[in-house]
Amino acid sequence: MPEITMPKLSDTMIEGTLLRWCKKKGENVLIGDLLAEVETDKATMEMEAFEEGVLTEIFVEEGAKVFVGAPIALILGKNEKKETLPLTSPMTQAASTPHKAPLGEPSKIALGTSRQAIPRNTQEPPVRILASPLARKLAVERGLRLETIATQGTGPSGRILAADVINAPLTPKGSLDQDGASRRTPILPTVMSDNPHTEVGLTNMRQIIAQRLLTSKTEIPHFYLSIEIDAAPLVAFRKEFNATGNKITFNDIILLAVARAAIEKPKINAAFGTTSIFEYESVNLCVAIALEDGLVTPVIRNAQNKSLQEISAAVKDLAIRARDKKLKPEEFSGGTITVSNLGAYGIDQFFAIINPPQAVIVAVGAIVKKPVVNAHDQIVVGERLAITLSGDHRVVDGALAADYLSALKKWLESPRRLLVL
Amino acid sequence: MPLITYRTALNQAFAEELSRDESVFLMGEEVAQYNGAYKVTEGLWERFGSKRIIDTPISEAAFLGLGVGAAMMGLRPVIELMFWSFAYVGFDQIINNAGCIRYMSGGLINIPMVIRGPANGGTSVGATHSHTPENLLASTPGLKVVAPATPYDAKGLMIASIRDQDTVCFMENTLLYGNIGEVPEGSYSIPLGVADIKREGTDVSFIAHGRAVLTALEAAEMLQEEYGISAEVVDLRSIRPLDEEAIFTSIAKTHRVVLIDENKPFCGVSAQIASMIAEQAFDELDAPILRVTALDAPAIYSMPLEKLQLPTAERIIQKTLTLF
Repeated sequence: MPEITMPKLSDTMIEGTLLRWCKKKGENVLIGDLLAEVETDKATMEMEAFEEGVLTEIFVEEGAKVFVGAPIALILGKNEKKETLPLTSPMTQAASTPHKAPLGEPSKIALGTSRQAIPRNTQEPPVRILASPLARKLAVERGLRLETIATQGTGPSGRILAADVINAPLTPKGSLDQDGASRRTPILPTVMSDNPHTEVGLTNMRQIIAQRLLTSKTEIPHFYLSIEIDAAPLVAFRKEFNATGNKITFNDIILLAVARAAIEKPKINAAFGTTSIFEYESVNLCVAIALEDGLVTPVIRNAQNKSLQEISAAVKDLAIRARDKKLKPEEFSGGTITVSNLGAYGIDQFFAIINPPQAVIVAVGAIVKKPVVNAHDQIVVGERLAITLSGDHRVVDGALAADYLSALKKWLESPRRLLVL
Repeated sequence: MPLITYRTALNQAFAEELSRDESVFLMGEEVAQYNGAYKVTEGLWERFGSKRIIDTPISEAAFLGLGVGAAMMGLRPVIELMFWSFAYVGFDQIINNAGCIRYMSGGLINIPMVIRGPANGGTSVGATHSHTPENLLASTPGLKVVAPATPYDAKGLMIASIRDQDTVCFMENTLLYGNIGEVPEGSYSIPLGVADIKREGTDVSFIAHGRAVLTALEAAEMLQEEYGISAEVVDLRSIRPLDEEAIFTSIAKTHRVVLIDENKPFCGVSAQIASMIAEQAFDELDAPILRVTALDAPAIYSMPLEKLQLPTAERIIQKTLTLF
């Protein structure tokens, strides 16, 4: 197929922003050449050519949002002519969506084909999604959009079945714009647009943050447990460790401790799956990394098996690439526990929002000096660290979460154990 | 409970009603002295005599018309057709008279008649002896159509049919006459228009009537064993009145449906039911409505081929698997 369509670059990608064309109209294209840069909901990706030929048409302007599967360009081989192209794929409809993807030269798409005669309803969904009547009904009831449930259902010909809808996570990305959403969204005061203001457009990242956290906070029954840790051994340990030339942070140590404790209490390392709970065997840690315009949570896989140096190196690498928006979509998927640390910002204690579909998130504050009553009932200067766990009560109960926090406390109060692999 | 054949179950129903109600009489070709072409009326002539059990010449139009007249005058005829295929020469009596008189008389005249006999293929008796006209008759408002699959249902439905105030077309099956099942002694009736769940299931509903119910049950067992698919078998028992609620209730449970029907596919009973499901249970469907029917050709005379023409458990399984 010489017609180039918007690729699906991540599990949750529905549309992408065509940031930049790397080839001009009329240029020769070889397989593997960089065609364009595409911003997905998670990262900026490079799009390579899988076809050889001449970039005959560019349908989408730079900066335009395009649905996955919609044609964005035409590459013709040596002997191919534009007129012979059967532009009958249902995907071509995707170009004319309510999202106003600007078409380069839309009239040329249909030129020389009989499709021009067919009146198109520009309000129609871009692609006909195969779904059973029951699946459609359930999706409406749950306020889900079919296209976000799955591109392929588990039924014959990829039909989306009732089970696919039931098992789909209730992400707000899937929420219906109109009827479905209005049922679950409370009426909020409208934004005052007549006050002097600057309007900042929502980036893909901001939209994802908004949607995921809204779902989390509205659909997951959160509960919170805090524990205060004697951080003196931690401070001493880091000093000693870094004296050998290493440069690990408190956060690196805490990350490893979170993973090790989760292996001891595996019921915490879990996710709620509607009909069952998934308890994971390894800990894939999501590390919350603040960016200028938002926040990402890339994953360190099998964190429990890593050394402190490896954790440290992984965090540094993820942070640098996150800031450059060079993380790959797969580096965001599969996390089982998230750690968010605002200690460096001087926050003593906070309560984080669960990162769905995970069951817990661990919020780490700053190590602060404060008066402590010691074992001899004396008030002394202590180094203290407050850690707060937010739990999904559908998966984790209070006693279990408390048990986990006390396991975590043990690791952090005798951090040398972390050196034993 | 005694184990008796489908044939004996019917015979018991006749004997019960002949004893209970003087207005009941049996009529048809060889029903009396010969004990019936399939021995369904065995012993009845000896017991009830020539006034109640009447042999006729080969003249379906005539004795069906005689039945209509007798019913108009207050008797309760039970007319045997050696094959339902032979009803076609008497269609004017069945449809225009038996089916329409109550309506045409403004409800003054009922035709409480049972027309009964085998209506099935699968016995290598050729196209003209193998018709399954339940769809043709059920398409006539005014006629009732019943197709029992088991000895128990045969007896209970026959008693209900004889007592019914309208003409009931009772579809039997030569392949079922010898089947054995538990049947209570004495009289009991099964109301027309009440389906029976012959097998509970959760994954797919098989809707069938007559012998197709047994084929559906066979397929359901194989699906359970080999594929872990749990099929519910809904035996309609009567086509008209039709127990729509039972159909929709089962589909609301399983969300998949395969209609199994020894009718030919075109305008068959299952075509009508498929349409009802599509209109009234659309949102319950998690898969397309499928049908397994007789293959669309005149009944094939060759025995091996005719066996394949009718719905088989294998065909039901094949089709069902495409739903998952």
